[in-house]
Amino acid sequence: MLGRGIIRGLIETGRNFCGSYHDPARLTTVQYPEEKLPPQENARTIPFLVYDGADPLAGLRCTACTICEQECPAHCILIVKDTVKKPDYLGKMQFHPKVFDIDIAVCMGCGICAEVCPFDSIKMDRVFELARDRRAMVFHKTDLAKSNEYFREIHPGEAAAVDVARAEEQRKAQAKKAAIPAPAPAAP
Amino acid sequence: MNALDHVFISVLHKLAALVPASVQPLVSMLLIIAGLMAVFGTCFALTTILERKTLGRMQNRFGPNRVGPFGLFQPLADGVKMLIKEDIVPFSADKVVHFLAPVALTVPIWLAFSVLPFGRNMTAIELDSGILFFFAIGSASELAVFMAGWSSQNKYSLVGAMRAIAQMISYEVPLVLASVPVLIAASSLSLPDIVQAQSGFALGFVPRWNVFTPWGLAGFALFLTAAAAESNRCPFDLPEGESELIAGYLTEYSGFKYALFFLGEYLGLFAVTGLAVTLFLGGWQAPAKWLEWFPSWGWFGLKFSALIFLFIWARATLPRLRLDQLLTFAWKFLVPLALVNLVVAVAWWQSGAWQFASALEVRWLLGAGLLAVSYVWLGRGWNGGKSTLRQYSYAE
Amino acid sequence: MIAAPEFQAPSRGGFADHDLMEVAMGPHHPSTHGVFRMNVVLDGETVVKLTPVFGYLHRNHEKIAEKNSYLASIPYTDRLDYICSMTNNWAYVLSVEKLVGLGVPERAEYIRVLVGELTRLFNHACLAGFLLQDMGALGTPLMYAFREREKILDLFEALSGSRMMCNYMRFGGCRCDLPDGWLEEAGKVVAGFDSFLDEFEALLSENEILRARSQGVGVLPRELAVNAGVTGPGLRASGVNYDIRKVDQYGIYNRFKFRVPLGARGDVFDRYMVRILEMRESLAILRQAVRDIPAGAILDPKAKLRNLRPKPGEAYGRIEAPKGELGFYLISDGGPAPWRYRIRPPSFVNLTVLEDMCLGHTIADVVIILGSVDIVLGEVDR
Repeated sequence: MLGRGIIRGLIETGRNFCGSYHDPARLTTVQYPEEKLPPQENARTIPFLVYDGADPLAGLRCTACTICEQECPAHCILIVKDTVKKPDYLGKMQFHPKVFDIDIAVCMGCGICAEVCPFDSIKMDRVFELARDRRAMVFHKTDLAKSNEYFREIHPGEAAAVDVARAEEQRKAQAKKAAIPAPAPAAP
Repeated sequence: MNALDHVFISVLHKLAALVPASVQPLVSMLLIIAGLMAVFGTCFALTTILERKTLGRMQNRFGPNRVGPFGLFQPLADGVKMLIKEDIVPFSADKVVHFLAPVALTVPIWLAFSVLPFGRNMTAIELDSGILFFFAIGSASELAVFMAGWSSQNKYSLVGAMRAIAQMISYEVPLVLASVPVLIAASSLSLPDIVQAQSGFALGFVPRWNVFTPWGLAGFALFLTAAAAESNRCPFDLPEGESELIAGYLTEYSGFKYALFFLGEYLGLFAVTGLAVTLFLGGWQAPAKWLEWFPSWGWFGLKFSALIFLFIWARATLPRLRLDQLLTFAWKFLVPLALVNLVVAVAWWQSGAWQFASALEVRWLLGAGLLAVSYVWLGRGWNGGKSTLRQYSYAE
Repeated sequence: MIAAPEFQAPSRGGFADHDLMEVAMGPHHPSTHGVFRMNVVLDGETVVKLTPVFGYLHRNHEKIAEKNSYLASIPYTDRLDYICSMTNNWAYVLSVEKLVGLGVPERAEYIRVLVGELTRLFNHACLAGFLLQDMGALGTPLMYAFREREKILDLFEALSGSRMMCNYMRFGGCRCDLPDGWLEEAGKVVAGFDSFLDEFEALLSENEILRARSQGVGVLPRELAVNAGVTGPGLRASGVNYDIRKVDQYGIYNRFKFRVPLGARGDVFDRYMVRILEMRESLAILRQAVRDIPAGAILDPKAKLRNLRPKPGEAYGRIEAPKGELGFYLISDGGPAPWRYRIRPPSFVNLTVLEDMCLGHTIADVVIILGSVDIVLGEVDR
């Protein structure tokens, strides 16, 4: 009969209209920026560099191995190695990056750099309010460096796993150093 | 009760008494015009924002709510925006006609408000043939659509204007035909008389509004459908459809002239809605005796708002019809149904003299039965029988 | 040596030619689903010729893939059919797995089916919304469809980190395992989707105006559909029983019981209804997957992340993407990047029959027919 489908449609929209006044599932708008959705743990936008301790540049985990630069699909990372080596958390001498630039206008936010990093030093951040001048969209080492506490805050599960793994590595390194006999004293 | 009911008339008399007797008619008419424009101008502003908020609520979202409390100052913002926009007139356009088209649209519609009875003794001009005046003036506004399309010197605008006019002319016929039974029942062309003819209560509690008769119900539905098409409302808003190539006769208009077109469209909607309330819903009459403390213009306003809400509801739900389907719908469904409605109305009127016991039930049965049968039969054939419910098969 | 066919400029049918009007719809147009242009030649209101013009969104994906490693192409595949990133990833990793000869652990296969069918759900819901929007329903069905899509996007964000550009599949499995509570959430979304579909159908499927606008419009005959290579719901709406999930049974689709809805007439209404019915079948698959998913590894032990250098050879992997057959043809020469990387986009191939479907209809119908073909310009132009 003509009109039956129309009446059913009108009932449907009428139900949504009435429902929007008392049922939150029928009015799902989140009025940004006054209200914000709680961020998911796994969310990723742009990368950041993790540092341990208080000094951002001295505590950077990055050893300038350039694996992330090679694997980045968008080729947005630029790394220039430093010339001096410093010891890392295991005591091994490593290079550090002199220059570590990420052009976040080019970055796809894919997370491959974080996936391939062997040193747990580049991880994915969650910030998205990133609007700025084009020139300011190239993030340098100082902009990218964020502390391990921040990492624990935004990705608690992942940070906890990384901390446990690093502590284990450190313990093994200490054990190996203790097991090596002291070198024989040089002949007088 | 009476004081509130007569508040507008008392104010008018008090103000008119301030001027010498010779200019009193002129001044009182000017005051009435000013009052009507103020009320319906505000109504237009409110309707735009309430429509957007209602559409939003039906779509699980808020409407505009940033400008003013609950977004109620949004029409002001829109008005300012329209006023400060650059008024672009195409180089090869006919400038006089291009300028006059929006004016020619709105002026006749303001005139149409003058015959509507908004409350007890609240008709601006009490004409003996008020409804004839209303329909004549309504048709005059269709000329403005053609003026707009022609003066833009744009092939697409012209085609869009012609489509819009075809639609409006086609829907005039069911509109008028649906209101003829009302004239028969009231034996008068004057709108205040039609409202008076719907006074009183049958069976003690059912108001004698025309909508509570079989021909009145069908006529009401027909009238509302034709009214939606006359005002280019969804589902009949092909002339202003955004996903159509031909943006219609409004293509070459910008700024305030564009706003005037929308004002004209909404005012046209208000005018036919007011007429629908007058013809079918008993005008300013209260639905029950104990509710008559509420002023008559308040009842008119409430019924009016309910119908406007119905139009907004239909807009949120329904997709739009294509032009040929639209015209087919008018000529092959609405007009025959309106003619059947006329027959049923005359039969009802003549059989009003029946005196036997269950006369009312028999009359209802006959009237509603004839209408239902023709509705179902016409409904099957209106699109050439192309719309079917289908079954789908599955493969494993 | 094959001689190139002589180039023939399309006849413009200009104004000198008995009052035909040539109109360009797009690329800026509210209803062309992206930057897409159609040169339409009209006789009055009827379409006599239609030439699709695309390439406005060409981003050199295939050429970039020849320079980047295999891993680095995965985020680019997200952006092909940008509303269905999971299925794009799946087609690509399927081709690479065929090329390299990798297996996929069972849990990873179940996860792939879960996210693939969730993608199909919201793609079809969005299509229904967009089609009704083109018909003038002012966005109401679209808003309802997006309300449900938000729930699925939240699931994807919890799983992969990003709502739309998921970059989730890897060669030999998935990138990361399901977080705690994800399966329960997914179960709730699936349970709620059935009632949403009932509401949606109440709003639309019997609607006389929808039926009048879409029945008999844009008919695609069976033979033309098969000859032109149309795949996906458009092909099934024309009555051809071809669903790659049943034909190839890639992944573990042979373990799920589901039906394939078929249309009879191949018009716009059939394409719309076939998608609605497919949504219900996807819900059946999802319920089975949520119930049966085993524990275990999510990545094949032989899978390599970096420095993947497949032996020289070629492979073509295809899946039943929500829009049709999405295939990746890879030729490897032993290096770190493919020698040739070719995508078979379903939207592109489905578009080739647009003119045949539109001839004889009016402009208003062209918009609807284009909507029912379900294109995403990212896929058409790559």
